[in-house]
Amino acid sequence: MLEILQYEFMVRAFQAGLLVAVIAPLIGIFLVLRRYSLIADTLAHVSLMGVALGLLLRVPPLVTAFVVSVVSSVLIERLRLSQRVYSDAALSVFLSGSLAMALLILSLADGFSVNLFSYLFGSLVTVGPSDLYLIGSVGLVVLLSVFLMYKELLFVSFDEEGAQVAGIPTRLVNILLIALAGLTVSIALPIVGALLIAALIVIPILIALQFRRSFVATILIAEVVSVFAVISGITLSYYFDLSAGGTIVLILVGLFCLSLLKRP
Amino acid sequence: MAETDPIISLENISFSYDTKTDVLEDVSLFVDAGSYLGLIGPNGGGKTTLLKLMLGLLKTRRGTVSLFGTPIRSFKQWPRIGYVSQRAISFDALFPVTVEEVVRMGRYARRGLFRRLTDEDRQKAETALRDVEMFEYRTRRMSDLSGGQKQRVFLARALASEPEIIALDEPTTGVDHETEEQFYVLLKKLNQEQGMTLVLVSHDLERVAHEASCVAVVDTTLRYYANPADAIASESLPKVHHH
Repeated sequence: MLEILQYEFMVRAFQAGLLVAVIAPLIGIFLVLRRYSLIADTLAHVSLMGVALGLLLRVPPLVTAFVVSVVSSVLIERLRLSQRVYSDAALSVFLSGSLAMALLILSLADGFSVNLFSYLFGSLVTVGPSDLYLIGSVGLVVLLSVFLMYKELLFVSFDEEGAQVAGIPTRLVNILLIALAGLTVSIALPIVGALLIAALIVIPILIALQFRRSFVATILIAEVVSVFAVISGITLSYYFDLSAGGTIVLILVGLFCLSLLKRP
Repeated sequence: MAETDPIISLENISFSYDTKTDVLEDVSLFVDAGSYLGLIGPNGGGKTTLLKLMLGLLKTRRGTVSLFGTPIRSFKQWPRIGYVSQRAISFDALFPVTVEEVVRMGRYARRGLFRRLTDEDRQKAETALRDVEMFEYRTRRMSDLSGGQKQRVFLARALASEPEIIALDEPTTGVDHETEEQFYVLLKKLNQEQGMTLVLVSHDLERVAHEASCVAVVDTTLRYYANPADAIASESLPKVHHH
């Protein structure tokens, strides 16, 4: 048996990491193709506010992170649809606003700053046994939703107007996609940390797009890339005592650079 | 629905994007089953707006829209209507999707939420691809096709839902003359051999008057011509032609 798997927290990290690695591209492909990449980053900061709230209220931080990010994702979509502000500007309001809120909560109740930092940058020991159940069940919900809504998500991402004429409830599909993104971001929080989540959701897709294949093949390539990066990242971070999130994302960036060398 | 109900009826429609000027003013139009209607008019005259009102993509300010005899607000049988937008021109070259994947989208609404496509759906998509003579390209990526080929694939997607009417918005924009010619031949075949009802938006009066069985000139208000030749004779061509 590998030495690394003798530690329970490492086993948990691998289990949670694997789950996040599988789910991130499933949501990522729709976000990237709809030009929603920035939403992942925004929701990551929003869920950080959820974590701070959870620490303050002494509720499991992942639970508050889920709730806050799903509620915000609906609000973001509504603000975007209202056309009262540009959609990227709407995102930056949410991004900095929720980070500011997290900092405020942090300064209100001193003493858990170290804990919050582990959510900011990710830390493998953060994944407790109860977290794993939570990550597992939320992950399952996301997986099942994408499986059941696959054709609607694809149609709306490809041609929103065409989907609407075909009778597909496009507004519902849009809100659901963003809510699922919110959930995905929150479960990735302990592994890669809020500041690096967007990379895990976006980069495997960008790499897979370079292969210029069908939609299904693109998802599969992104899955392979994502799982490889997360497993090898966690392993390397253990043996060389590196930040797991940082290692995972740098592996992805490295693979992305390699994929650009491929002839278009 | 009674036999005699028009497929699309617009009654006294007005529409404006802002509150000041009406893009369309008191327009009434009926599309009967089996007809081939050309909607023409100058840019900004409101022909695409009119099409979008028919498809429920825009809501009227005044007047009523009915599809197959049902008011559009309560209309649910969307697979009976096919739509070919100008999507082929603004196609995102990075979007990873094959011809087959696009045409199968035409079956999605028929299948319904949460359901997966069946062999029958795949079969219908294949037939639609054969109808537009794009079957050999089924495994190609959309971004590898020419503009005319893409437009055929979008037509196949509309056909795959087995519609009774297809609405097309300037389908041959940015396509070379020969490809355009072939596309019109295909449309005529659909109309005459399969009895498909067609609504075609175009800025090219002479071209459309040649193809369609009736013509409506949209320029804020609407003038309808049951005989396309009358449209050419009556419309002041410089006003309609904006190339």
